[in-house]
Amino acid sequence: MLAFIIKRLSNAVFVMISVTFLAFVIFSAVGDPVDQMLNEQATQQQRDDLREKLGLDKPFLMQFGTFVVRAAQGDFGISFRNQRDVLDMISERFPATFELVLVATFISLVVGVPMGVITAIKRKSWYAEAMQFTSIIGISLPSFVVGIGLILVFSVWLGWFPSFGRGDTVDLGWWTTGLLTRSGQMSIVLPALSLSLFQVTLVMRLVRAEMLEVLRSDFIKFARARGVPARSIHFRHALRNCLMPVVTMTAMQIGGLIAFALVTETVFQWPGMGLLFIQAVTFVDVPIMAAYLCIVALIFVVLNTIVDMAYAVIDPRLRGADK
Amino acid sequence: MMVRPTDELQAQDIVEPALDVSELSVEFPSRRGTLLAIDQVSMAIAPGEILGVVGESGAGKSITGLAVLGLLEHPGRIAGGAIHVGGRRVDTLTEKELTKVRGKEMGAIFQDPLTALNPLFTVGKQLIETIRLHTGMTKVNAEARAVELLQDVGIPAPEERLRQYPHQFSGGMRQRVVIALALAAGPRLIIADEPTTALDVSIQAQITALLRKLCDETGVGIMLVTHDMGVIAETADRVCVMYSGRVVESGPVADVIHNPQHPYTAGLMRAIPSLHDRVETLTQIDGSMPRLNARPSGCAFHPRCPQAGPKCVAENPPLVSTSTASAACWLQQGGTQ
Repeated sequence: MLAFIIKRLSNAVFVMISVTFLAFVIFSAVGDPVDQMLNEQATQQQRDDLREKLGLDKPFLMQFGTFVVRAAQGDFGISFRNQRDVLDMISERFPATFELVLVATFISLVVGVPMGVITAIKRKSWYAEAMQFTSIIGISLPSFVVGIGLILVFSVWLGWFPSFGRGDTVDLGWWTTGLLTRSGQMSIVLPALSLSLFQVTLVMRLVRAEMLEVLRSDFIKFARARGVPARSIHFRHALRNCLMPVVTMTAMQIGGLIAFALVTETVFQWPGMGLLFIQAVTFVDVPIMAAYLCIVALIFVVLNTIVDMAYAVIDPRLRGADK
Repeated sequence: MMVRPTDELQAQDIVEPALDVSELSVEFPSRRGTLLAIDQVSMAIAPGEILGVVGESGAGKSITGLAVLGLLEHPGRIAGGAIHVGGRRVDTLTEKELTKVRGKEMGAIFQDPLTALNPLFTVGKQLIETIRLHTGMTKVNAEARAVELLQDVGIPAPEERLRQYPHQFSGGMRQRVVIALALAAGPRLIIADEPTTALDVSIQAQITALLRKLCDETGVGIMLVTHDMGVIAETADRVCVMYSGRVVESGPVADVIHNPQHPYTAGLMRAIPSLHDRVETLTQIDGSMPRLNARPSGCAFHPRCPQAGPKCVAENPPLVSTSTASAACWLQQGGTQ
């Protein structure tokens, strides 16, 4: 177990440094932030001073080294545009995105998994066919269309849910949550639904395909021969054997959703990291973009580790120790 | 010959047979017409008896077993006949009723022990699940029973083994677990579909000996489906030879082996390599079994039969008892002309 953790950690460090480096290379080619920060009448002297202050006069590798050392200490520098601490800006925004993604993932599993099982075991029934058909719509509609549609129906016409923002939040000191207030709960429904629609479809189709595969296997036939009732065969024996790919995909999707909830956040004016990143791109705010990429990479690394550990929980064959 | 409880039971003639299949037909509807996989097959197994069902791949032996278990794969279905297990008719039961009979009245052992167990549950969990499903025992009692079962099938240190996962067992040990699962609720009948085919030769003998022992001790009837005449000769009391969905010969093992009535059985016997003669080529029956959609007229074996005559082409011979065994061949029924 210790060897596993050490291996994981060194992998993680390597991945993080690579991502950081890539981010740095890309962003150094994006444009000169000094142009954005000073007006057109600025003198060469002013430009050089700013350059020096930001450390932009140093050689590329030195800039990179300084950045890595500071980032490791949680210091991502000052936003070029807002002149504020980058980490503060991101940690303000991160809870909003994270809660949105968690709720969306929860919906996608709670709805997607049973739908996948049902469409697999009742393949010929009309409702399984209906779900299959609807899922094609779910997978092919772009998420901004879904978002706008939800706003139109549930906010404008029915007036059940607010159409934008996060509602009231509660500050827990290290985390601001919208899940504890009524307006926060109401506000998260539509964006989470919109974000989860694609996931529901994905989970459903994955579970269905895996179920069909597992239901053909010998141990299912043998379980039937042992007299195990259909319900237990489907939801206990078969479903658990389908979980590995579902866990993998869900974890990767959580990472993906956190990183790319941009569209949904834009449609619902959700004050998350996606909005922050878009603004940073517009203004060539390199520290924010770099910090954002690093955090996203970190999330992926953490999720991957969790997935690997979840495998061992699900499948006894992968528990190396007890051989 | 050993005296087995079977002989006494049969003498009393009051005990219901473990399995009674009469004129069972199984068909597979397909786009190009209905294929008859099993054609009016009859067989019976007394309690404590092992019936070997032998034949080439596709002869319908496994399908007969699956039909008894009610596990025919879609679109296969029973087209006629009746199946009684322990005196109870099972082919007319609904899926729900069948679930209660499977595992309780009849158990199954499949070919590949490596894939027959759920890899994600401990052996104990699967045993206890099966026991509790059919007996309503408490968890503690079921666990004690599971330990007993593992002991019965010859697994050392059963208490520890109960907490292990299938992948921690060897192939032979897994097949023992599968047998324990089949026995869990004390069934009257076990369908063993090629139970030794996937195992090492040395393990094969252990498993067949175990089946024999369990059969004698518990009085369960076993349908031993195999293509291995050697396994049949060692283990079974009676044998039933199938060819192209029909029973062509059946009778006590010794009679069928030493004095086969049907040319196909005779061919099978000749195809067993002997330890004593050194031969360069193995004897084989020329040709191959007809596909279901191209079954020839008359006796299905006639294109491969060295002794076939005009009558074999024209008419299918019925299964008729001779002195000891019964065979479906015109040779025994007044000639092939």
